[in-house]
Amino acid sequence: MSRRFTPKVVTANRLREGDVVYLAADDRWTPHHHEAELIEDEAHAQMRLLHASSQRLEVVGAYLADAKAGANGPEPTHFREAFRTRGPSNYFHGKQADLTSPRA
Amino acid sequence: MYSYSDFDEAFVRARVAQFTHQVERRLDGSLTEDEFRPLRLMNGLYLQLHAYMLRVAIPYGTLSPRQMRQLAFIADTWDKGYGHFTTRQNIQFNWPKLPDVPAILSALADVEMHAIQTSGNTVRNVTADHFAGAAADEIEDPRPYAELLRQWSTDHPEFQFLPRKFKIAITGAPHDRAVTKAHDIGLRMVKNAAGETGFEVIVGGGLGRTPMIGMTVRDFLPVEDLLPYVEAVLSVYNTLGRRDNKYKARIKITLHETGKEEITRLVEERFAELRPLFGGNDQKLLADIREAFAPPAFRNAPTEAFDAFYKADPVFRAWADTNLAAHRNDQYAIVTISTKAHGQTPGDATSDQMRLIADLAEAHGHGDIRISHEQNVILPHVHKSDLPAIHAQLLKAGLATANVGLVSDIIACPGMDYCALATARSIPIAQEIATHFDAVKLEHEIGPLKIKISGCINACGHHHVGHIGILGLDRAGVENYQITLGGDGSEDAVIGEKTGPGFAYDEIVPAIDRILRAYLDLRAGPEETFLMAYRRVGMEPFKTALYGAEGSRNAA
Repeated sequence: MSRRFTPKVVTANRLREGDVVYLAADDRWTPHHHEAELIEDEAHAQMRLLHASSQRLEVVGAYLADAKAGANGPEPTHFREAFRTRGPSNYFHGKQADLTSPRA
Repeated sequence: MYSYSDFDEAFVRARVAQFTHQVERRLDGSLTEDEFRPLRLMNGLYLQLHAYMLRVAIPYGTLSPRQMRQLAFIADTWDKGYGHFTTRQNIQFNWPKLPDVPAILSALADVEMHAIQTSGNTVRNVTADHFAGAAADEIEDPRPYAELLRQWSTDHPEFQFLPRKFKIAITGAPHDRAVTKAHDIGLRMVKNAAGETGFEVIVGGGLGRTPMIGMTVRDFLPVEDLLPYVEAVLSVYNTLGRRDNKYKARIKITLHETGKEEITRLVEERFAELRPLFGGNDQKLLADIREAFAPPAFRNAPTEAFDAFYKADPVFRAWADTNLAAHRNDQYAIVTISTKAHGQTPGDATSDQMRLIADLAEAHGHGDIRISHEQNVILPHVHKSDLPAIHAQLLKAGLATANVGLVSDIIACPGMDYCALATARSIPIAQEIATHFDAVKLEHEIGPLKIKISGCINACGHHHVGHIGILGLDRAGVENYQITLGGDGSEDAVIGEKTGPGFAYDEIVPAIDRILRAYLDLRAGPEETFLMAYRRVGMEPFKTALYGAEGSRNAA
């Protein structure tokens, strides 16, 4: 028997900047994990991944990452994905710095 | 220092132009990522966890002040104001943007640098003893041979698609500071009975998921036979090496699957074919290269100023005791600048620090800078009378930490703070170990110790050859750290032994603390280092310290 499908988000890196992004339900690429579309159905997940992979001028290396529903939207379940939402732990660089600016 | 020939210059410029077009074609959609990826990797550009990463080669770890300033300029202009020195004597920039990379490569070419063959299944940057040309114990400066190997291996048409990456290290000294026994080919300069210089050729060492100490396939290779012999080794490997399984593709596996005797026979056979084909041109080239590595004009001046400072200033004395090494000219010293200030990221230097190091090398160091595989920066030729001035400047820049060879002089790979392959973080573990032992004031009491941390099984942090090795893993979705003890990367190279079950992120620093307190309790005296004590008493007392008497038996 195949394993039960666990909820996913589609994530990738932006082609030009390399920044981590997530696919939202309205097809936007968002830097915020909590704005991602939480996908609960395996077939839909594959469709969304195909859609993401076709955007060759936008993103690189799209894949499905485990996630769970949270108070403000999807949250990562694995520490690697949690790090990807923030940036490195040794410097205040990456998303943790970029996303504190008012624009983001 | 070696300067690019017209050929080198034209080659590097042509590659920059080529890659510039490739980036343009990727950005306009003419190239897919699958097509572009091998092209960017050939030029040292990775896509990591949070951003792109550019790995720039520092051949045999040697830099001029001008090159160091250019690295600082690149860090300020296209990155976040710092660079990371790696365990392969490279520098990595962690935040470049793809459209900027051609400009970065062009800026590198302006100072005779590049990122070619810092990735891919090719011969990688040849690493060397970071004290080369300066060490008191050296037979001969190995860097002319390293430069010869660099020229021969760069864009070598036969070796652009090897079964797997290929790493060569070289040392001219009996005390091995280049970890030659953990490389695909390790070259150790030796003298034969007739007093001639040659190389002991060690093949099939490597760390990673199958750590192995290399085997000596030639006890004495005359120096003039270096290129044909290395080419013979590569040629045999290129034919026999496995391309069906990435994890069995390194030459260490080929060696074990084929047998040392058979490999040696095949290498010697191929060598006999290749040697006549070289026709002496490599030796002419070598003679030219040698001139570029002539020793600097050493000053002859009194060193009393050093002695007086050493007596008078305890901070200077502590630094001199740990961070200086014996130079072959006894008026001189080799200075190791620690990039491991307690709590800082091992191997990171800010652009300001890079510029200061460049200035110091120019003013007091005969314009020579080295990067060590232990992620520190070396000024190999400093007259002792200049040491107080250098120390004072380093102190102001946060670069005068007196910890070289001690518990906080840790090698750490970037780990899961940057690397896409990592299974756990390594940098914060290094930071916390350093700040912990500084806070409890045990660093100097513990004495010589090499801690090496890798954030995954690929072992960029050399954990297998750390006196204490730490390997970060993902165990059921949680970071877990496995400890090995007794590893050694020197001429007596040994792979460390696992202690038993691993430790959680918040348990690993206390675990290291228990090991080192056990060592302090059981050592015969301060002159018995951790490694010596481990060799005397073995694993058991440390297991007990880690897991308790009961757990020690269970873990065995």
